[in-house]
Amino acid sequence: MFKRLAIKPNNYHDSIVLMRLARTVRNIDRVVEAQVGMATELNKDAVREMGFASQELETATPNDLIVALVAETEDAVGNAEKVVAESLEGPARQHEPGVQKARIYATLSEAAATGGAGIAAISVPGEYAAREAREALANGLHVFLFSDNVSVEDEVALKKSGKEKGLFVMGPDCGTAVIGGLGLGFANKARRGKIGIVAAAGTGLQQVMAIIDRLGEGISEAIGTGGRDLSKEVGGITTFMGLTFLESDPNTRVKVLISKPPHPDVRDSLIRMLDEGTKPAVVCFMGEEIEEARRKRSGKVLFAGDLEKAAILAYQLATGESKESLYSDDELDKMACRVARTVDGGGYFRGLYSGGTLCHETLTILRRMGIDVYSNIAQDRRFLIEDAEESCANTCIDMGEDYFTRGKPHPMLDPGMRVPRYLAEAGSKDVGILLFDVVLGYGCHRDPAGVMADAVREARRIRKDMGQGLAQIAVVVGTAGDPQGLEKQAAVLREAGAEVLFSNRAAGDLAARIIKAQGGTRPCLR
Amino acid sequence: MLTIRNWPPEGGVISVGSGVFAESMQEQGANVYQVKWQPPAHGKAELIDILDKLDGRSDIDEANQTAIERFSSAQPVLIGIGIAQEAIPGFGGRMLLHAGPPIAWDKMSGPLRGAVIGAILYEGWADSPDKAEELASKGDIEYSPCHEYSAVGPMAGVISPRMPVFILENRTHGNRSYSTLNEGLGKVLRYGAYSEEVLDRLRWMEKTLAPILKKAVELSGGIDLKSMIAQALHMGDEVHNRNRAGTSLLIRALVPYLVEVDHPQADIRKCLEFINSNDHFFLNLSMPAVKAMLEAAHGIHRSSVVTIMARNGTEFGIKVSGLGNQWFTGPAQIVKGLYFPGYSEKDANPDIGDSAITETAGVGGFAMAAAIPIVQFVGGAPEDAVRFSEKMYSITTTENRHFTIPILNFRGTPTGIDIRKVVETGILPQINTGIAHKDPGVGQVGAGLVNPPWECFEKAIIAFGKEYADGN
Repeated sequence: MFKRLAIKPNNYHDSIVLMRLARTVRNIDRVVEAQVGMATELNKDAVREMGFASQELETATPNDLIVALVAETEDAVGNAEKVVAESLEGPARQHEPGVQKARIYATLSEAAATGGAGIAAISVPGEYAAREAREALANGLHVFLFSDNVSVEDEVALKKSGKEKGLFVMGPDCGTAVIGGLGLGFANKARRGKIGIVAAAGTGLQQVMAIIDRLGEGISEAIGTGGRDLSKEVGGITTFMGLTFLESDPNTRVKVLISKPPHPDVRDSLIRMLDEGTKPAVVCFMGEEIEEARRKRSGKVLFAGDLEKAAILAYQLATGESKESLYSDDELDKMACRVARTVDGGGYFRGLYSGGTLCHETLTILRRMGIDVYSNIAQDRRFLIEDAEESCANTCIDMGEDYFTRGKPHPMLDPGMRVPRYLAEAGSKDVGILLFDVVLGYGCHRDPAGVMADAVREARRIRKDMGQGLAQIAVVVGTAGDPQGLEKQAAVLREAGAEVLFSNRAAGDLAARIIKAQGGTRPCLR
Repeated sequence: MLTIRNWPPEGGVISVGSGVFAESMQEQGANVYQVKWQPPAHGKAELIDILDKLDGRSDIDEANQTAIERFSSAQPVLIGIGIAQEAIPGFGGRMLLHAGPPIAWDKMSGPLRGAVIGAILYEGWADSPDKAEELASKGDIEYSPCHEYSAVGPMAGVISPRMPVFILENRTHGNRSYSTLNEGLGKVLRYGAYSEEVLDRLRWMEKTLAPILKKAVELSGGIDLKSMIAQALHMGDEVHNRNRAGTSLLIRALVPYLVEVDHPQADIRKCLEFINSNDHFFLNLSMPAVKAMLEAAHGIHRSSVVTIMARNGTEFGIKVSGLGNQWFTGPAQIVKGLYFPGYSEKDANPDIGDSAITETAGVGGFAMAAAIPIVQFVGGAPEDAVRFSEKMYSITTTENRHFTIPILNFRGTPTGIDIRKVVETGILPQINTGIAHKDPGVGQVGAGLVNPPWECFEKAIIAFGKEYADGN
């Protein structure tokens, strides 16, 4: 075995770039293990686990780049080193005479000093994120804070300071926003239109935008808040600012609010505010029972039990057209019967999600249909699985959850990280239905359907060898304008043998119908 | 009443962090200002803490403005040439001045030791190199940084009491600065050579060159070096690694008075030939000139501007305007650059010399974009030179009022290194320098780029935090 450790001081690269690179390096022939990352404690641990030890490693700082390689041959080590060098140093060394390169700024303040920007999009590691956000606010900039792992104290302080200055703080942990037609973070190219959205949920917002776009209506603004905005501590500062803006925005006719159920105090003032507004509002508090929500309903606020419904209600209010759902019961029933026939003998349901909100929605939908589902993000402790690696009866996994993304890219960026798990599920004879999401948009993977289509084909091959059928359902979240091409992505998946739906609610519904067609659920034997 | 300003925001987006998002926003047609982010202060929490306390402090900003104002208004003029022990207040006896921060004999690198031995022989304190070395190591010689005596010296930078020195005066604030006369290239004392040939040249400089130049300078009534540096920058010099234009300008200024000096014509001709054969003759004037300017900016309470960067071949040291007489040091680095044929990095001595005073003043490596002719010397293309200079604006306080760069639209050079900005951005000052052979007397083996060690700035910001973090 050939091992090599290189530490390159003062050589910072973004973690997304490095995680992708590490993955590329690991795939090089005869490379056994590879770490390419900044010398954070976490990455240092990983390198130590590979059997490396040196004084240099101990004293390296998060500004120093570690390249640790283990390979079967010396050539493979050399190849890996070459790939790392080319990928990290390549473009910077190229000289293109006559080409004016975009100016690169060393600090946020330096970029702000140009006076040309109105908003800062921040995606640095969480421990440094609040500092950058403060700097942005001090420079009079709105903030889109993609970074997670920001303390709630910092969040409150940032949002209070932003509010005082009349500046938005979207986030922390804000995955998506569409502001003035520009997609920030993971964002779909949605048609401009009359529906304004405030959302605490990244893929939830994407799903709603995608369905509105599919129906032919569009978005005025989509303001992200981060998942904690409606907690008691934060008190919904950004949500209130967002709704205030939508209320006064001449382009917005309907307001939509998407979030996990808010803290009761916040919920009350929120609903009161919407009631007092002049524009109709649609609210989707994911996971909150719709009956309970309706009891508290009022004139101007409509409650939606799922994301598709939220989009449909908004569409109705914006256009006056009637539309019940994207897929009729009849359509879903027929689909379920057709699929159930191919999956003889039943089998458990397994969902592998890249979008956390989508996973949460599927749990809600199946439970509403009387099916128990285990999950790594279950709120009901009875259904919380102990080991995220081990599925149990019907299971739905959020693979973007911290456990899976520590030191690895998020499945939105690298949908292929789900493939080993997907194939393992496919290889289990107890499994009959596999469900996964494919999320499109700017910032997302360039060909997520292509990656998952390979897995779908491989799963079919595995099942063929086992002599068993398998239902594979893909939910594709995206708009026709997305850079990946919505129909193209769907076609690739269909061709591979997956059922493709454009609504996560419908996909969950379909899964439930298949399960029921097979004769209900079986309990988890653990 | 809640007012939201500029929403949806007009203008572009500043992207801090992942390039993936910057690209996707560009793809959507947005005007993206990409920040090349890295963890502030090398990700060290205790330093970030200090930075947070020093950030946006108007008292510090004002102190820095005061320091910069004094620097900018300084007028360094070459007023004469004298003998070091007579010209430099407090200097004399068995004392040698050297480049960089303080250092003891046993820590000195090859070139500095060689120069010390050579200076002892020159002074006649010993009659052989062996005896000189014995003397040098025994503690009979007092060593001090040139900077402690308002002097600067390139490479080893050794100044002994009897050596002739340029005398410069800052006509605005009255402070003076000093430097030896440049000996030329090849086997020279500043690279640690001490052969007879070297000593003979030093004696000729003392007996012939210095007296003749002294008279010419006196006849001229003083030579304004600040405007000469400004002109040299427009002629392809950065006045550290390239001094061809400056040397030419100096000759032009001296010749009318040299012809009036009452000395044998052959000697005057030899002087002119000597200066003309050495492109770096002007270095020993650009250095003390900016030293006089920076010294005027030193000692400003609460100022975080660097007033000295200097290396002794073993350690790199800096001083900060608001931190009095403390040196903040770290190990001198190996210069990355182009080596002369037959030499490589393993022959190189770590970074040495007071010449980083030029970068401290916003010229040298900071004005690399002015010196396009030498970018190949440091292995780059013209756009690299532009990039080097542009990067330095991120760690400096201001743009120089007098020194400008034609290719950057006559933008003033990045001036007044702020230790807060260095620590915040992790960007180290870019120094453009010659490379000395590690053995005494071999001479220059190449030239290239080098940075100060990070430790200097880390230690300085900690000291600055102790002094000023609480706002008093």
